[in-house]
Amino acid sequence: MRAIAIDPITRIEGHLKVEITVENGKIVHARSSGALFRGVETILIGRHPLDAQRITTRICGVCPLAHSTAASLALDEALGISEAIPQNGRLLRNLIYAANWLHNHILHFYHLSLPDYVVFRGALSGFLASGAERDERFSSAESEVLARHYLEALEIRKKAHELVALFGGKMPHDMAIVPGGVTFCPGPGDLAAFRFRLSEIRGFLENVYVPDVISVARRYADYFGMGKVGRLLSFGAFPEENGGAIGRLVPAGLLRHGEPEKLDPREIREEVVSSWYEGSGGHPGEANPCPSPEKREAYSWVKAPRYKGEAYEVGPAARVSLGLVFGPPSLQALARDLLGEAKAGPEDLSSVMGRHISRAIEALFLAKEMEKWLSQLDWTRPVAAPLAVPKEGEGQGLTEAPRGALGHWLRIKDGRIAHYQVVSPTTWNASPRDEKGKPGPIEEALEGTPVGDDALLVAGRIVRSFDPCLACAVQ
Amino acid sequence: MYGTLGVVWFQAAGCTGCSISLLNADYPGVKNLLLDEIVPGKTLALRFHLTIMGPTGQPALAVLERIPEGEAENYLLVVEGAIPTAHANFGRIGELSMAERFSILVEKAAAVVALGTCAAYGGIPAASPNPTGAMGVKAFLAQNGGNTPVINVPGCPPHPRWFVETVVHLLTQGLPEGKELDDVGRIRSVYPGLIHENCPRRADFDVGRFARTFGEEGCLYELGCKGPYTEANCPYHAWNSGVNWCIKAGHPCIGCTEPEFPDFPSPLFRKATELRRGK
Repeated sequence: MRAIAIDPITRIEGHLKVEITVENGKIVHARSSGALFRGVETILIGRHPLDAQRITTRICGVCPLAHSTAASLALDEALGISEAIPQNGRLLRNLIYAANWLHNHILHFYHLSLPDYVVFRGALSGFLASGAERDERFSSAESEVLARHYLEALEIRKKAHELVALFGGKMPHDMAIVPGGVTFCPGPGDLAAFRFRLSEIRGFLENVYVPDVISVARRYADYFGMGKVGRLLSFGAFPEENGGAIGRLVPAGLLRHGEPEKLDPREIREEVVSSWYEGSGGHPGEANPCPSPEKREAYSWVKAPRYKGEAYEVGPAARVSLGLVFGPPSLQALARDLLGEAKAGPEDLSSVMGRHISRAIEALFLAKEMEKWLSQLDWTRPVAAPLAVPKEGEGQGLTEAPRGALGHWLRIKDGRIAHYQVVSPTTWNASPRDEKGKPGPIEEALEGTPVGDDALLVAGRIVRSFDPCLACAVQ
Repeated sequence: MYGTLGVVWFQAAGCTGCSISLLNADYPGVKNLLLDEIVPGKTLALRFHLTIMGPTGQPALAVLERIPEGEAENYLLVVEGAIPTAHANFGRIGELSMAERFSILVEKAAAVVALGTCAAYGGIPAASPNPTGAMGVKAFLAQNGGNTPVINVPGCPPHPRWFVETVVHLLTQGLPEGKELDDVGRIRSVYPGLIHENCPRRADFDVGRFARTFGEEGCLYELGCKGPYTEANCPYHAWNSGVNWCIKAGHPCIGCTEPEFPDFPSPLFRKATELRRGK
């Protein structure tokens, strides 16, 4: 029996430690541990409600828009203006947010994941050496092309941030998304600047990114059988009309091993038995567990969200799987196409390679949808609804971050924030064991995996396929 | 000063936003920063960066642990995020607390660049009631001892240009001295004046044309703009290759480069004259 502490896990956002126990050539036990606590939920208490979307944006520098979006949705509800968002406000929110998804998926594949599959030679060989040579499946000529794409992708992801900034002010830490809509009225020149950058990025997605993902997936086809979870959940994102989870382009719902179910957010409960907090947890709209850094039986700052008592994987595999059941026909056709090219099926999505393919599917799908939203913008019309902050109110903001389901829950009392809880995608995926002793999704994905001397490489590939973001998981 | 200057990027209580912002650098771009001479004859060599380095687990930690001896006095320690001090368990990297790791790395560093408002002054994690005792680098060194020079590059996140300007200053002029630094530890030429003095909406302010709701034209002062209290060159360069910036996008400046951020500018949408400054 061998115990290995992988600390720190690199090429993710933030501070994560994973401990694995290997017995008879298999990972028999895994513990995922979030190693940083800042207390942003506590910092929000007593502040003016409209500070929430700017302060929560700063939970994460990779996907700040996920938080400005979720906070603004929660505030829209608390302020009673969810139905009043003007069409331009909704479209601009969608466009700014979708641009960040493109950035995220490109960054995750090339800069966070590719060094696990490709041996880099030349100037960056030492810095990027991951041990991938233990399982090298590309020729040196193929690796050279992929290494060149790594550098090209640095430029393209920068252009995706220029898209965010064009309508969103700046990036990271976008500014324009606010309760009621957005602050910025783009003019005709901004629309043209957006359209041409988007078309350049779409060209890269079609000609470089998607083919690269497919070629990694075909070369590492065994990874469709690794890191599987199978219970999938999505809150849905990109509203096509005002209000609620209905009419979202990316659908909300659950899948339990292929069986679809409707989502009822009241069934979410955050457990803290293995986390450094006091108390017994509860629904994020009510419970507010206090940090307890010396709690003995705990091993992580990440709480353990559960839906009807079960852990769910969230993220691209969940969204594409649900999209194949509830999603628009254009998404379904694209998903079947790319899965076909990768020689995989819908049942393979919740796996290491399935997650990479899912990101490729939704990046291409969103780039096309963005062109549609862009053509619906009318720059002569208003972008925000007028707002007034009430003395009392409460709101729930559910959306999908690039990494999966994100919820903000808030309550206003005497005109100030009295309660604020964030449950982010990596809170679900990197969660520790719950009250029943059941593992979180990353732990579950690791357990049972055959490993030899390559344990660091294999475990790294599995953990990174979830695109963990620890600054989001623990705020 | 240096031919090849090692760069050790140390992430503490932050959000990776400062790193991601630097990826948006425009002439020199991030490829240039990683691979080319930044000024003739001088190159940066990135030794450690959790978010992009190849090795993981023990091999990654080994890289970090070799640096103080292997490259003594020849590396720049870039800190992103504040340092939690109230309890060792609030932030750990490889069994040691972030405070312990930082203390080992800072001793042999040629200089520290405290990148971002969290590393410079505490920033978001140090906002009231500062649940983790988070501190900026200078405050931490003042409390725990240590005389490594510190240069602050605040901003939430900092503009990539501010990092580049600071590094070019270091490589060509050496450590900033005397009046080259302002009273809050920034290189003066990098933070040259108040946003309000150079704001394209200044003419609106002068004639009293104020926006009252989001999306309206006019000066954003009534919506809570902190431009009159915030030093940064955003109006000159804008953000993300110059395509936009907060005030152009109709959002009031929230004072993200200032030492009291986010407590002084909060409530962010309240008129600045109604707020009291001072932490």
